[in-house]
Amino acid sequence: MSALERNQEDRSDRQQQNTEQNSEAVLQTEDLTVYYGKFAALRGVFMKIFKNKITAFVGPSGCGKSTLLRCFNRLNDLIDGCRVEGKVIYRNKNLYSKKIDPVEVRRRIGMVFQKPNPFPKSIYENIAYGARINGYKGDLDELVERSLQQAALWDEVKDKLKDNGLSLSGGQQQRLCIARAVALKPDVVLMDEPCSSLDPVSTGKIEDLIHQLKQNYTIIIVTHNMQQAVRVSDLTAFFNAEEGEKGNRFGYLVEYDKTEKIFENPQEEATREYVGGRFG
Amino acid sequence: MTAALGDSQADNAKRSSTEKNLDNSFIWLTRIFAIGVAGVLIWIAVQVGIQSRRAIQEFGWSFWTNSAWNPVEQQYGVLPMIYGTIVSSLIALLIAFPIGVACAIVLSENFLPLSVRRTLIFMVELLAAIPSVVYGLWGIYVLIPFLKPIGSWLHDNFGWIPLFATPYAGPGMLPAGLILSIMILPILTAIARDSLASLPSDLRTGSYAVGSTRWQTIFSVLIPAAFSGIVGGTMLALGRALGETMAVTLVIGNSNELQLSVLAPANTIASLLANQFAEAKGLQEDSLMYAGLILFAITLVVNILAEAIVQKVKKY
Ligand SMILES: Nc1ncnc2c1ncn2[C@@H]1O[C@H](COP(=O)(O)OP(=O)(O)OP(=O)(O)O)[C@@H](O)[C@H]1O
Ligand SMILES: [Mg+2]
Repeated sequence: MSALERNQEDRSDRQQQNTEQNSEAVLQTEDLTVYYGKFAALRGVFMKIFKNKITAFVGPSGCGKSTLLRCFNRLNDLIDGCRVEGKVIYRNKNLYSKKIDPVEVRRRIGMVFQKPNPFPKSIYENIAYGARINGYKGDLDELVERSLQQAALWDEVKDKLKDNGLSLSGGQQQRLCIARAVALKPDVVLMDEPCSSLDPVSTGKIEDLIHQLKQNYTIIIVTHNMQQAVRVSDLTAFFNAEEGEKGNRFGYLVEYDKTEKIFENPQEEATREYVGGRFG
Repeated sequence: MTAALGDSQADNAKRSSTEKNLDNSFIWLTRIFAIGVAGVLIWIAVQVGIQSRRAIQEFGWSFWTNSAWNPVEQQYGVLPMIYGTIVSSLIALLIAFPIGVACAIVLSENFLPLSVRRTLIFMVELLAAIPSVVYGLWGIYVLIPFLKPIGSWLHDNFGWIPLFATPYAGPGMLPAGLILSIMILPILTAIARDSLASLPSDLRTGSYAVGSTRWQTIFSVLIPAAFSGIVGGTMLALGRALGETMAVTLVIGNSNELQLSVLAPANTIASLLANQFAEAKGLQEDSLMYAGLILFAITLVVNILAEAIVQKVKKY
């Protein structure tokens, strides 16, 4: 354990120990604080994301789950006034050090957004575009088909690959975005409420997909659905938001542990209230 | 109790007849205005058509292909002016399109600090506020002398291309096209910038998230998505260039002789009308009206084409 971590409160020490797994950490944050303008939206997060595990982020709206997710692929760079302090370590490199090219980070760490955002291009191009700019050398047709099949969308669109991606329904668009992210074969897939606009059947398919992907990828999924967290995740992190001194709300990591532990025997009162209120 | 509550709710829900009448009259008012605008357009077209009917009877389609404009012998044809109108506008578009889109990109991205961008946006818009006669005078005193070495160089080195076959004469198609390109730049830039700026920000984040660079995002995602708006702006700009009169008249040389070379003096339909209307009588006046009708038709075709393109590629 590094000196930095020892300096933390026991709460984060306990988290570190509890989540100590046999598998290696792919991503690790050290005292990560994110500001939008002057106000910290997320404070002092220490956590490790483990290889080939599915980690769920849960917590009330506005507690900074999406914000944290965007730190992992440096998408916060695009937001004016957003500033990140602390470290995000990915395979022994700090993603926020000057030497790192954010474009390369995003080619390895894919993302599916809360709101579906397909490109206004054909369904085929939506997937081929990313592959092409990443220098994919193989058979594009095959890649498109495989990715769409993985996202449980192939049967619905196989006869209209030339149609505009925006002509699909909301749920189909979201699966297209999942296919788009998966097609890049990223190391880590960040999913921000990927099922929030899906019906139960497609949700089931996506959850199956997540399970399959686990063999090769590391997945972080934000969800408001506790059953989903229990169904898909190995580890769960619970975030909460608190009123700051100046009346602004900031989010922080409350508890991070194996999913069963969080749902059956949480250490923190806030966690018990939150997951208990929604589950069991 | 409950019944009373229900009633009072129904009362609130009911709209008063004044409110309904107000709504209806508003709808009618907007209808009248909309139809009025279309009416003015049709009225002008019909008037111009009626005024030019004698010239149409006299010359028919040969008016389009005849390159003589001879008031002494009462022989009229507008081929040189059609050529001049289209070529000067195309030169303008060829120059203004890349520059305008580039401006739009710089002004909608965050390459520059916001305050600098605001100033630049304001200055580009100011270009549109300069009166066209001022552009024309600037053309005569600054642009034409400035272009002399370039024009001569083009003729000396590329004289074998018909477009540069004549020596640089000063006033002519090239300075007219350049002046027009500056004049249409503000519309083109403003509309292209608006359509880029109004794209949903998700699109940009989505593109970055699959690992695109800024350039790939701009050229492969944002510009295609804003394409219909950019084409729309371009066509509006082209419409302006086709009809621009004052500035062009001052720099184009007003020669009614057909010359392919862009270094030679030329003429456009709008400039022909402006130059000759004051003294025109009889058949000449009718022929000018006919020329006006042709300009009308050209602009119409451009607009229909633009609409067709926009419909075809509409994305947002
Ligand atoms: N682009 C932004 N600019 C300024 N403030 C922002 C921005 N995005 C998020 N915030 C603020 O940061 C805080 C955390 O937002 P975030 O979107 O990360 O929450 P979340 O946990 O994902 O919520 P939800 O569950 O509703 O998606 C919020 O208070 C929000 O107002
Ligand atoms: Mg969110």
